[in-house]
Amino acid sequence: MSESNSSSSRVTWEGCSVLLDINDGDRLVFARLSPAAKLKIGNKNCSLQPLIGRAFGTVFQVDTAPNGPYLSPAQVNVNNAEEIGDGQGNNEMDKVNVNNAAQARDGEVNVESRDNRALVDNNTAQSLTGEDIEAMRRQGARGNEIIEALIANSATFEKKTSFSQEKYRLKKQKKYAPKVLMRRPVARSICEAYFKKYPSKIGFLRVDTLSLLLSMANVSSNSDILVVDMVGGLLTGAVAERLGGTGFVCNSYFGQAPYSMDIVRIFNLSDEICKRILRSPISDLLPKESPEQVLEHDVCNVESQSNDQTSALASMDEISHSSENGISDIGIENTEPAIEIRKAPKAGERPQKEIIDSWRENGFSSLIVAAPELDAWTLVRDLLPLLANSAPFAIYHQYLQPLATCMHNLQLEKMAIGLQISEPWLREYQVLPSRTHPCMQMSAFGGYILSGTKICNSTANSSSNRTVLL
Amino acid sequence: MLASDPAKKNSFNRSINNGDLVIVYERHDNMKAVTVSEGTVLQNRFGIFKHSDWLGKPFGSKVFSNKGGYVYLLYPTPELWTLVLSHRTQILYIADISFVVMYLEIVPGCLVLESGTGSGSLTTSLARAVAPTGHVYTFDFHEQRAGSARDDFERTGLSNLVTVRVRDIQGEGFPDEFTGLADAVFLDLPQPWLAVPSAAKMLKEDGTLCSFSPCIEQVQRSCEVLRTSFTDIRTFEVLLRAYEVREDKLESIEGNGDGSNGSLPCKRRQCSDGGNVMSSPISSVMARPCIEARGHTGYLTFARLRCLI
Repeated sequence: MSESNSSSSRVTWEGCSVLLDINDGDRLVFARLSPAAKLKIGNKNCSLQPLIGRAFGTVFQVDTAPNGPYLSPAQVNVNNAEEIGDGQGNNEMDKVNVNNAAQARDGEVNVESRDNRALVDNNTAQSLTGEDIEAMRRQGARGNEIIEALIANSATFEKKTSFSQEKYRLKKQKKYAPKVLMRRPVARSICEAYFKKYPSKIGFLRVDTLSLLLSMANVSSNSDILVVDMVGGLLTGAVAERLGGTGFVCNSYFGQAPYSMDIVRIFNLSDEICKRILRSPISDLLPKESPEQVLEHDVCNVESQSNDQTSALASMDEISHSSENGISDIGIENTEPAIEIRKAPKAGERPQKEIIDSWRENGFSSLIVAAPELDAWTLVRDLLPLLANSAPFAIYHQYLQPLATCMHNLQLEKMAIGLQISEPWLREYQVLPSRTHPCMQMSAFGGYILSGTKICNSTANSSSNRTVLL
Repeated sequence: MLASDPAKKNSFNRSINNGDLVIVYERHDNMKAVTVSEGTVLQNRFGIFKHSDWLGKPFGSKVFSNKGGYVYLLYPTPELWTLVLSHRTQILYIADISFVVMYLEIVPGCLVLESGTGSGSLTTSLARAVAPTGHVYTFDFHEQRAGSARDDFERTGLSNLVTVRVRDIQGEGFPDEFTGLADAVFLDLPQPWLAVPSAAKMLKEDGTLCSFSPCIEQVQRSCEVLRTSFTDIRTFEVLLRAYEVREDKLESIEGNGDGSNGSLPCKRRQCSDGGNVMSSPISSVMARPCIEARGHTGYLTFARLRCLI
């Protein structure tokens, strides 16, 4: 992957990862672009080839050609708002009634005189039959033409309020003229897609919570961030993205087997950035102090040495595994496991001894934990000493109590200051002329964060404490 | 504040030197930025602290006053800076700041335009996010405020990442030299809709915009204008609820209701002398939301420049 083919590129390339947003979030698909990759939209199988070399943010529509359906960039009109006023603007992806925006600009008060008194649900409003539509399709009618025909043949369309006319149009558009928006897979879009479709895979980590973790732990270039990521690699990827190929993110784990970080591969991280993602068992990071510990550590090393091979195999396994399974997970379509392996970034190597030594000497710049399955206090107790003095940390958990206990113990042990438990709250608004209000549905819960700053162990007393804890 | 030189990473593990910016921590709600200067003292309710005592100590140290009171000396981060900077305007706080940086998809190397600069609270986090190779150009029409912000960025060591300029963005738009170059634009203006057409001109294809407005009427007007050339228009409100944690003893009831008159709750001390209803109090760690909180900061409206084919 050349440098231009990385997270900063705004145009896709072969082998690049993309997030396909079908019909405004109805379906979210992570895909890796290759000439052979295919995506099923409705009942049509479309090649992803036309997406290669296109700008992120491009909207595609399904067109029909003699040799089958294909994706082509949808024409976007600059004067979209006015066009929609004429009933032509079917390229609009927003859930907005632009018609009304145009009215409001003209200074008209947005008063709707029509209502639903004349609407009767007897299934006779539409005079076009399924066969009619099929016939139109055979004659090569485009989705938009079918929608216009449906509207023209609807006995009730004119009686609907302009709001429900818009709803009707949108519903038909989704069915007959699906839109595919090609998004850049970055921390924001990846987190949102998982949160929407598979929240349990990322420990219900909401995008605002993730953003707070990165801030609270002062993730910045040239820093060495220690993470415990049991949220599929989302955290590791997000940290690596912020480091931009400087510093290191150390994805650490207890025991012998690293935690999955499949999601890292969805980011388009450059090789330079991937090299900065290292994986290490926590036992390797702990200081070697007493003789027994050294001994214990050596044993560990031997074990992990032999484990190295298995884990290398395991990671290969993971990759080919995910190119088949991971895809359907969140709807990733991918066809060529071979390409997949070749293109997979080399993220997650074991750190070299010099790097571990430098971490031991300088301490990590900060710590982020998202480990729903581990006890917060014992984890923090063991990991905090690995941080530099004055280093900030942020611990995510879905439950309040483990963080409360952790915070209380940190206070008692005088290990940290500036301790705070925060619960982020995020509300989205529908903003439309005369119809602005909070969205009807919201995520009621984004988890809790315990944040703070590590302070110096001031006395011998606390260092002896440390030994006991170890 | 940021380690711009890879060789100096983990720089906060080094010790405090003359001229360093430190955050003096008294309590979580009482901190102060101090530039260390040998021969000066810091005086607060805990006594007099000699800066010379601080030299050579690692960041994160506890230091004592002449009266035995103490404070901690912390390495400055954008989060701490937001808590100590001088408020020349209303500022953005951590929840909004974090969300803005994430939602604008700002990563190292990005070029970001901001107006107004205000007190530079957000700017500091934008600078951290674009470092080491990106740049933030921030504009404020208030000459003196721009000057103070510039001094602050000098003090926090961010001046190589941030350029402050005096310009009325609502009136004049962003300078033409940035046309098509910006990855992200942030607007915190009284009439943001006036700056939207210029912002659209500055952005790269698929580039992101955020407008922060306290009032919904501002949001309403901005969204109408945004629809002309932007897509993915979304408005959010983001807040933080903080929790208090304390350990307390709660009476537990030895529970078979054997003739006690059920006059609960009974005071702890009373029960300890002879009452047979209450067992010894159990200590537990409990959490509850803080009583007061910030209820509103502003609405964040995000949009993405529509791709033309």
